[in-house]
Amino acid sequence: MNITIGKRRHSPSFNEHIRKHFFHLPLKNDQAVVAIAGNPNVGKSTLFNALTGLRQHTGNWPGKTVDRAQGAFLFREKSFLLVDLPGTYSLLAHSAEEEIARDFICFGQPDAMLVILDATALERSLNLALQIMEITSRMVVCVNLMDEAGKKGITVNIPLLEKDLGVPVIPTTARNGKGLKEVQTALYEIAVQQRPTAPKQVRYSAEIEGLIQELLPRLQTLPAASFFNSKWLALRLLDSHPPFVENISRFVRLQNAPTATYQEVEKLHAYRLE
Amino acid sequence: MATLSSLKAGTQATVASLSIEGLLRRRILDLGIIPGANIRCIGPAPSGDPIAYEIRGSVIALRLEDAGKITVQLI
Repeated sequence: MNITIGKRRHSPSFNEHIRKHFFHLPLKNDQAVVAIAGNPNVGKSTLFNALTGLRQHTGNWPGKTVDRAQGAFLFREKSFLLVDLPGTYSLLAHSAEEEIARDFICFGQPDAMLVILDATALERSLNLALQIMEITSRMVVCVNLMDEAGKKGITVNIPLLEKDLGVPVIPTTARNGKGLKEVQTALYEIAVQQRPTAPKQVRYSAEIEGLIQELLPRLQTLPAASFFNSKWLALRLLDSHPPFVENISRFVRLQNAPTATYQEVEKLHAYRLE
Repeated sequence: MATLSSLKAGTQATVASLSIEGLLRRRILDLGIIPGANIRCIGPAPSGDPIAYEIRGSVIALRLEDAGKITVQLI
């Protein structure tokens, strides 16, 4: 099987163009973009504030961050633009907030993803982490609410989790600033030093893996193939969710690809619907 | 086999299958309600709908109608 995990690097000017066009991100030269994702109410905004020193409104209810918030911080003289995404359980569901998060992760070309897990409900939060690991290898996992977990008598085996996931895992208690330095260091290593990771990939049933193999050769010829993990793109075509396929098509078009490419994506999609 | 909606408050079961399609199915799977998962009924809202369940350490509420489409195996 020949699958590229993660994206090839594109010229900074092109990435800037994409980010401006889709997400209105005001980017300074050479700024690394880090997006924060996680389930609702795991402390994304608290961590965001702790890292940036901003006072974005935080609150203990789901749906608080409905749009993206942005802030910057400096670490080892490198400027990071932090994007706080709305909470989501999945990249495949379709509420408005979840679409904002999903589109940014898929098309925003972040230099690193910071995925926040809830130490008190690890099993549930891992669903999103695994989905993001299918898209990109440039990620740091943060197990937040360690203090809450401690109160409930839950301990988390961080080294084992890190080994199983294949990406850096950092325990934090964002509320009292515990683990922040370690998070920044890990982000620096991933986004700036291009530290390699080996995110564990989900294996699907033989039937689905077969269909993926059938689609892969056709997807890899698309110019957009360098942006997406082709296996991930194949899975989305198999899901056959038209609005998202439309977004992918829009993205392909923006890339100044010949119109044929855009039609090719639609054709591949139609092919799955038959 | 029973439906999730027929569970009495405090009883536990294992999810057997979901006869829900489309986006709602996706959503319910994303919340961790997948075949084989343990689920405990916490109890209904005063009007009887929705019903709260504990799954994988968190509490979620499901509409009576949707819970009726999930079959479970009593433990």
